[in-house]
Amino acid sequence: MKKNIKLVLLVPLLIGATGCASLGVEPWERDLLAKDEMSLNASPVDAALDDHIYFSKEASSGGKGFGGGGCGCN
Amino acid sequence: MMKYKTEKTNIKAALTLATAALLGTSHLVQANTASTVSTEESTWEFDSAFLFYSEVDRVSAGEAIFNAKKTFADDEILNLKLTIDALTGASANGGVAQPNVQTFTRPSGDGQYTIAAGDTPLDDTFHDTRVQLNGQWTQLIAPNYTASGGVHISKEYDYLSLGINGNIAFDFDRKNSTFSTGFSYFQDTFTPEGGIPKPFSSMLIGDSSAPTWDDDFAETRIGSEDTKITTDILLGFTQVINRRMITQFNYSYSMVEGYLTDPFKIISVVSGFNEIDSGISQDYIYESRPDSRVKQSLYAQSIYHFDRTVLDVSYRYMWDDWEITSHTLDSRFRIPLGDTFGTESYLQPHFRLYQQSAAEFYRPFLIDGDTLPTYASADYRIGEMTTFTVGLKYGLLVNNGHDLSFRLEYYRQTPTDAGFDEPGVLKEVELYPTIDAIIAQITYSF
Repeated sequence: MKKNIKLVLLVPLLIGATGCASLGVEPWERDLLAKDEMSLNASPVDAALDDHIYFSKEASSGGKGFGGGGCGCN
Repeated sequence: MMKYKTEKTNIKAALTLATAALLGTSHLVQANTASTVSTEESTWEFDSAFLFYSEVDRVSAGEAIFNAKKTFADDEILNLKLTIDALTGASANGGVAQPNVQTFTRPSGDGQYTIAAGDTPLDDTFHDTRVQLNGQWTQLIAPNYTASGGVHISKEYDYLSLGINGNIAFDFDRKNSTFSTGFSYFQDTFTPEGGIPKPFSSMLIGDSSAPTWDDDFAETRIGSEDTKITTDILLGFTQVINRRMITQFNYSYSMVEGYLTDPFKIISVVSGFNEIDSGISQDYIYESRPDSRVKQSLYAQSIYHFDRTVLDVSYRYMWDDWEITSHTLDSRFRIPLGDTFGTESYLQPHFRLYQQSAAEFYRPFLIDGDTLPTYASADYRIGEMTTFTVGLKYGLLVNNGHDLSFRLEYYRQTPTDAGFDEPGVLKEVELYPTIDAIIAQITYSF
């Protein structure tokens, strides 16, 4: 299971790393990508608040960014 | 967005005094995006938010964030964030429900509280206020190389956390691809009220006004404070797939060393299967966790722009050397409403699903007379559990294009039995109660 998941995640990464010619856009094709909602962290404030909740209530943290320490939350 | 024309040199001089902190690699990507729309002026952007979190019969918390981001004319970015939160209410102490009334001593040793028959033991003495400051500085250091560094300080009544972080990102293929690497280092000091309990020592219960009480309570303590160090390494890769789609993949390695036990948590020690009072608590002992934990995770995120709507989906797989594994699926779907329900308004449903397995040393209870394991904790947060969140966000533009949004979410935790046989009366009580919470948030950006 663990191996399969790693594979699923790593294959697209390798495709990207090898610079597949069909990937990517020219600078003048960034009209949609430039929108706020296309940002990988579109709502950093929401993300920070959510991270705090789930860090306090579940056994996992980080992944998108740093898991970190930061509070003795209960 | 407010724009101020300022003399760069003055701002820079002022900013050398400023501290800088924590953002992940995604912020570096944002910085790159910003560089494509370079302006002649330096700009300030402010985000303010208030969040209310409330569990049924348990903890309630309020959290306020004020974030100030300054983008300079040459795309250097300073981000300063202030977070204040306050927490009050009851938290599970780790003990199991019983068919009779139970009495527990408060973590401070100062007084006791009772729990009704059949109820999950909750300690209602929790209240804390936390102030956190983050500063982060991001800039180009060479063509296609963006660096970022930051500091973090967080203080609450019984807890101090200090942290630093650094990131570097490399763009290539017309900025369609980005490799990034980052680290963070946190040093936390925990000074719990009542001190650090001796692992597996029995909770002292009795007359807390007795002359010998303080000495007897002190016998269950090993110190007044302890520390932990957290070191994280993050490797990321971002790829623009096409005009409509962008993806991100991260690998993270996190090492925590030091005091990882929860000083407020206990474990019920109950009579065994063959006893006449099978399942009845005989003792409450303080929990004990290993002094190190190594967590790793793989994270993937994709954002796709349909003709009008935008779908953002992420998945995280986490595993650690406590034998906890977890899956997190998170998705948001942004639906623009045009100007019908407010200028450039939108609705954004949110769905999150989370599932974790139990830590190797998780024990919902211990059996009286059995040999004690090396480590044990009855904290449901490291037990087997499934949670989901459903929410809806509504946003619109108000005065001069400022963003205003409201978010309402429902969060449910469903702890499950990881395969522990329940002796006697424990079969008749709720050992894995579900927890329901409401999350409400208002955000204003200007």
